[in-house]
Amino acid sequence: MFVAWRDLRFAKGRFALMGAVVVLITLLVGLLSGLTSGLARENVSAVTGLPATHLAFAAPPGGQEVSFTRSQVPESAWRAWSGQPGVRSARPVGIRTTDAAAGERTAAVSVFGVEPAGGLAPRGLAPGQVVLSEKAAEELGGAKAGGTVRVGRLELTVAAVSGTAAYSHTPVVWADLRDWQRIGDPGTSPEAVATVVALDADGSADLAAGDRAAGTTVRTIAEALGAIGSYQAENGSLQLMRGFLFAISALVIGAFFTVWTIQRSADVAVLKALGAATPYLLKDALGQAVVLLAAGAGLGTALAAGLGALISGSDVPFVLDAPTVLVPAAVMIALGAAGAALSVRRITAVDPLTALGSAR
Amino acid sequence: MTLLLHDVTLTYPDGESRLTALDAVGLEVPAGTLTAVVGPSGSGKSSLLAVAATLVTPDSGRVVVAGRDTAPMSAAQKSALRREHIGIVFQQPNLLASLTAAEQLQVMAHLSGRPARQLRRRALELLDAVGLADKADKRPHQLSGGQRQRVNIARALMNEPTVLLVDEPTSALDHERGAAVLDLLVTLTRERSTATVLVTHDRAHLERMDRTVTMTDGRLADPVAAA
Ligand SMILES: Nc1ncnc2c1ncn2[C@@H]1O[C@H](COP(=O)(O)OP(=O)(O)O)[C@@H](O)[C@H]1O
Ligand SMILES: [Mg+2]
Repeated sequence: MFVAWRDLRFAKGRFALMGAVVVLITLLVGLLSGLTSGLARENVSAVTGLPATHLAFAAPPGGQEVSFTRSQVPESAWRAWSGQPGVRSARPVGIRTTDAAAGERTAAVSVFGVEPAGGLAPRGLAPGQVVLSEKAAEELGGAKAGGTVRVGRLELTVAAVSGTAAYSHTPVVWADLRDWQRIGDPGTSPEAVATVVALDADGSADLAAGDRAAGTTVRTIAEALGAIGSYQAENGSLQLMRGFLFAISALVIGAFFTVWTIQRSADVAVLKALGAATPYLLKDALGQAVVLLAAGAGLGTALAAGLGALISGSDVPFVLDAPTVLVPAAVMIALGAAGAALSVRRITAVDPLTALGSAR
Repeated sequence: MTLLLHDVTLTYPDGESRLTALDAVGLEVPAGTLTAVVGPSGSGKSSLLAVAATLVTPDSGRVVVAGRDTAPMSAAQKSALRREHIGIVFQQPNLLASLTAAEQLQVMAHLSGRPARQLRRRALELLDAVGLADKADKRPHQLSGGQRQRVNIARALMNEPTVLLVDEPTSALDHERGAAVLDLLVTLTRERSTATVLVTHDRAHLERMDRTVTMTDGRLADPVAAA
C-alpha cells in the first residue's frame, strides 16, 4: 500500500467526503439496528425467554397460518405432548392482553398464565398471586410485593417484581394458569385451556407424530415469532430499511471508487509500465478502500454507540449490545469492499502502453 | 548483447486493414553505449521503445533483454523483467502526484518487494546524481519541468536496470535544460553501464552518441552508412 496511503493523504478532501458518507450511513444503520432490536424486545422477549425449543399452537382451520390470538389448546393437548418420546417437557402457557389496575392506575399488560410448579413460572409465583415485570410494576404506579392488582375480574396479590419480559409492546404479568383461565369473559368454557404448549424437545422427537396426537401445529420459537401479529410487519419494514441502506452504501462506494479508479488510470498505466504486477495494484486499491471503510464504519459505530447510550436511558426502545452495533459495521465494510472490488477491477484493463510517448 | 531486436515487425489495427509501425527492424545495443533514434513524428520511434520495453508484443521477430528471449514470457514475467532490468524514461515525466521526489524512486523498490524505507538512501543518492539533492521531499507540483524530467530519469535508474529506454526526454524543455539532461544521460550510461536507447528529434547533440540510427516509416537505417 505504498501509493495507496500517500493517495489517501494527498487527496484528503475527496476521501474525507467519502468517509463522511460512510460514517453517516453506518450511524444510521447502527441506530436503526438498535431500534429494531429494542422494538423486537418489547414485542417478543417473553416468548424468546421461555425455556422451550418449540411452541405447539391449535391447528388453524383451512391451512391458515398459526396465530397467538386465535390459538386455544385443551389440557388433552399438553397431556398428549408430554407422552411423546424425545419431548422432555410440555407445559401449557396462556397468553392474553388485557387491562390491569392498581388503585387509580391502569395499564395494558400481557398476562402469561403458567403452572406455578411447572418450571416456566418466575420464582415466587403461587395461586392467587402475580409476578409483575419491572415495566408492569412501573406502569401500575410502582406496585410492590404484597400489594394487590386487579387483572380482569380478579384481585391478585403481587408476589414479586422481576424481569423485563414484554409481549406485543406490553409488559408481562405472570399468573397461575388457573387464575388466568378465570380472567377472561364469563363465557369461557370450564374446560382447562391454554394458548400454546411450550415444548422442550430434543432432536429425536417426532414432531409430526406429536401434532397428530395432540391436534396441534408445532413451530420453533423463531418461527413462532411470526405468529405475533405486529412483529412480522414491524420487523420486516425495519429490516427492509436496513437492507436498502446497505445497498445504497455499496452502490455509493462502488460509484466513488469507479470515478477514482478512472481518474487515476494514467497513474496505473505508468506503474504497470514500470513493472507493477496487476495483483500488486489491485491489492493496493482494495486496501485503500478497506482503510476508508474501516475508518468510516469505526467512527460511525462509535457515534451510534454513544447516541444509543444516550437514547437507551430514555423511554425509546433501544438495545445497545455488541451484535447490534458491530454486525452492521462489519456488513458495511464487507459490502463496501465488494462494491469497491467491482470498481477497481478495471485496473486489470489499463494498458501500460498508454504511459509511453505522446499517446497519453 | 544487452538489448537485441531482430527482424521485428509490429502492426496496429487501422480500420479494416493494419498499419505497419515497425517493418523488419533490427537493433543491437551493447552495455555502456548510447544509441540515438531520430526520425519524423509518426515514423515508429515510440513503437520501437514499446517493443523493447515489452509493453507490446511484435507480430514477428525476436526481442532479447538482458540475455533473455521475451517471446515465451507471460504477462507477469514481463512485468518482473521490466521491474528488474528495464528503466523507462517517459516523454512526459509521468510522476505520481501524491509522492515526493524521493518516493517516486522508492516506489520502484516497493514494486520489486524490497523494503522501500531502507532504500531511501539509494533514492537520495540518485537524486543527488541528477542534481536534485535538495528537492527530495518536494511533490511534482512543487518542481519545475526540468526538475520533473530529472526525477523521471532518476526513477528509471532506481532498480539498476541493464537497459535504459528514453523517449524524447528534452521535448518539454528549453535548449539549455535539454542539453543538461542529455549530458546527464550520457554520463549515467557510462557510469552505470546501461544499454541506452534514446529517441529524439533534437539533432543538436548527436555527436555525443555512440551511434545514431534513423527511423522512416517503420524502417531503420544507419544515417552514416546512408550518407
Ligand atoms: N497504440 C496504437 N494504436 C494504433 N496505432 C498506433 C498506436 N501507437 C502508434 N500508432 C501509429 O503507429 C505509427 C508510429 O507511431 P509512433 O511509434 O508513436 O511514432 P513516433 O514515436 O515516431 O512519433 C503512427 O502512425 C501512429 O499513429
Ligand atoms: Mg513518439
